[in-house]
Amino acid sequence: MILDPRKWVAAHADYLYGYAITRVNDEEQARDLVQETFLAALQRVAQFEGRSSERTWLTSILKNKIVDVYRKKSSGLKLVSINEPDMEPDNFFGEDGHWLVEHGPKAFGIEREDHLEKKEFQQILQKCLGKLPVLWKAVFTMKHVDDEASEAICTELKVTPANFWVIIHRAKLNLRACLQKNWI
Amino acid sequence: MSYLKRIIYNCKKATLLIEKKEMSLLTMREFIELRIHLFGCSFCRLYKKQSRMINEMVRELFNRSAQPTPGLDDGFKKELQERIENILNDNH
Repeated sequence: MILDPRKWVAAHADYLYGYAITRVNDEEQARDLVQETFLAALQRVAQFEGRSSERTWLTSILKNKIVDVYRKKSSGLKLVSINEPDMEPDNFFGEDGHWLVEHGPKAFGIEREDHLEKKEFQQILQKCLGKLPVLWKAVFTMKHVDDEASEAICTELKVTPANFWVIIHRAKLNLRACLQKNWI
Repeated sequence: MSYLKRIIYNCKKATLLIEKKEMSLLTMREFIELRIHLFGCSFCRLYKKQSRMINEMVRELFNRSAQPTPGLDDGFKKELQERIENILNDNH
């Protein structure tokens, strides 16, 4: 496997941009990240060992840059990002821990395979994801999309293991509630 | 409240355990508590199903949109290409 930097833009720029935009939700920032990735990669060409494909290698560089963005966005705001007043579990559960009547899960009714419906549902899902605090979304996507080990996520985002579960739980509760509110 | 009643009522904890179980091992106690809770709580049984579905949908969403229709604009790509060429030429 040999790197061919002159073809990077044509071969990988759109892919990397897509990867970045779904994670940072900001076009300008995504563009900057793609550029920074290529520039950083150029400096590291000599370190490329050819064990992965060119695209995988570039993506891993981009991924580190995205984690830096997450970290910057959440540093100093750590307590705030874990405790979002509008998103506390107590909004969903009563004092006894039971679901509040108006928040009890209702069926989404999309169990059957319907392509169009699914597409609409995913659009709402995307909007609901966008409403999550940056740190929550970062934890959630690193876990569920990138399949990273929980310990690695904690280290990379400087989150304690206890807070990791708090975030995973709250992110899901709010995502699900948002879907129920906007879909049904 | 009795111990059993606390398990039966605590949907807040049950939903947390559902998430935990998806990606790591529960302790024996947690495992049994969750089982007892789910046996009696149709809300949390539905939550569990939906929670899984959301995980799958999110994964699909990210993988599908890895190649969004409006990609980078050509002007930006051209500039980027030029920058790379310049750096490569300087190095040689």
